[in-house]
Amino acid sequence: MIYDEEFETLPREAIEAMQLKRLQDVAERVYATVPFYKRAFDEKGVKPGDVKNLADLRKLPFTMKKDLRDNYPFGMFATPLDNVVRIHASSGTTGKPTVVGYTRRDIDTWSELMARTLAAAGAHRGDIVHNAYGYGLFTGGLGFHYGAERLGASVIPVSGGNTKRQILLMKDFRPTVLTCTPSYSLHLFDVAKEEGVDFKDLSFRVGVFGAEPWTENMRNEMESKLGLDALDIYGLSEIIGPGVSVECVEAKNGLHIFEDHFIPEIIDPATEEPLPYGEVGELVFTTLTKQAFPLIRYRTRDLSVIHREPCRCGRTLVRMGRIMGRSDDMLIIRGVNVFPSQIESVLMSRHDIAPHYLLIVDRKGHMDTLEAEVEIKEEVFSDAVKDLQHIERDIEKDIKDLLGVSCKVRLVEPKTIQRSEGKAQRVIDRRKV
Amino acid sequence: MRVEQISIFLENKAGRLAEVTRVLAEAGVNIRALSLADTSDFGILRLIVDDNDRAKAALKENGFTVGKTDVVAVEVDDRPGGLGRILNILSKENINVEYMYAFVQHSGKDAVIIFRFDDIDGAVKLLTENGVKVIEGKTVYTL
Repeated sequence: MIYDEEFETLPREAIEAMQLKRLQDVAERVYATVPFYKRAFDEKGVKPGDVKNLADLRKLPFTMKKDLRDNYPFGMFATPLDNVVRIHASSGTTGKPTVVGYTRRDIDTWSELMARTLAAAGAHRGDIVHNAYGYGLFTGGLGFHYGAERLGASVIPVSGGNTKRQILLMKDFRPTVLTCTPSYSLHLFDVAKEEGVDFKDLSFRVGVFGAEPWTENMRNEMESKLGLDALDIYGLSEIIGPGVSVECVEAKNGLHIFEDHFIPEIIDPATEEPLPYGEVGELVFTTLTKQAFPLIRYRTRDLSVIHREPCRCGRTLVRMGRIMGRSDDMLIIRGVNVFPSQIESVLMSRHDIAPHYLLIVDRKGHMDTLEAEVEIKEEVFSDAVKDLQHIERDIEKDIKDLLGVSCKVRLVEPKTIQRSEGKAQRVIDRRKV
Repeated sequence: MRVEQISIFLENKAGRLAEVTRVLAEAGVNIRALSLADTSDFGILRLIVDDNDRAKAALKENGFTVGKTDVVAVEVDDRPGGLGRILNILSKENINVEYMYAFVQHSGKDAVIIFRFDDIDGAVKLLTENGVKVIEGKTVYTL
């Protein structure tokens, strides 16, 4: 079902005319209100007035994650804090989170886009939404929550964790829509099975799964195990949170990007030049309507592809392919963004281990596992087991405190982790996604 | 009254222990006593050898992480209750045994046990006062 017939099915010319008008507007606004953008535009020798048509977008500067960090916490806000009604944050590369803000109208826009998202997946008024995305600083929980309410569905704000209790609620409340990370959906299935509950005897019809990459094979597995239509959703807190793009249940083939609010580009991450439709590259987004936290040409580091062929659902919005990887080294562990550099910063701050490490990511059952091999220093080597185990526990605690993700630490002999001349291999990802 | 023990950090990896014995054999070092403590992640091999310096040098040269600790060697009557008597003396004075292991001895009527204490001097004093025979390092290396 199409939630907003008018804006989701605009003719191409009308979408582009609207995008141009809004792009000119946001360029004027950030140049005037965000010192970072004034500097960035000036350094490129470009003025907001130089945007005469959509192709001029490529003249504008990029925004990198580093720029957000440099302006921590509120330096990128384009409105006074008086107008900001919500603040969310996601993990950054070096301990400091990435902070985003929303005005009342931004929350309204976000709710509207999430209502569109849920409708595209096949949800409607009268549905009961079991929302197992985490509530809190993470945008997943509240994003889905507001969208489901806007749609007129009933939301169960169950958040993450306490899986056995979730199974009980599923049995008794009979929710029809499941929203969570793909790996958690399969974990729910396993726990339900242990509890003697078959998912097919529950009332689920639709699942909207995101916050981590997944595959067509996983779709087949989830649909047959969970007995529902499994749809992929994409978003990131910098752009708005979930609700940037979603698959339609009619085609299940690519995620429609809400182009009346965001302009997507695919660029070559090395040359930074825009690539034509159909070519794989890094996704870049410009927000068109956000007030508190507008971004120009934000480099997501996610690799994907954009297609503009018409879709049988009737939406005229372009579609992006599933995320195929990263143009940097970010890992997603149980839905949490983890950069090897974060773990490195923990290791570097300790005197008892060498600055060499190897991260091993794996999936046991349906849950991601993270393990770090670190080299012990000869000076702290002890003949007592408890001393060495204490070092391991201590590092594990430091990592958990910083990342919010458990990481098993294993001490290995000095000089056994591979050194290389160029870019050392620091991560082994054994997950088959 | 102290005996020098060397300890070696071992990853849980096939062949690492064999590699230690090979290096020591090639260096002409004889192992007098040993114990291996292991966890799921790593092991610690503790050795009393006849030539500590040569053993350490050879192991380091081959990339092993080697530590040195002082332990105490105690002669224990080789009969029921022999070890129990010594542990009783220690526990009465609240002296904690970090770990212990038995010596490999070819003959004789007494057994030799290696103790690792946090408070070595206190332990040695207490044991001697109670008539327990504590053996000197140079005797142990050549036993």
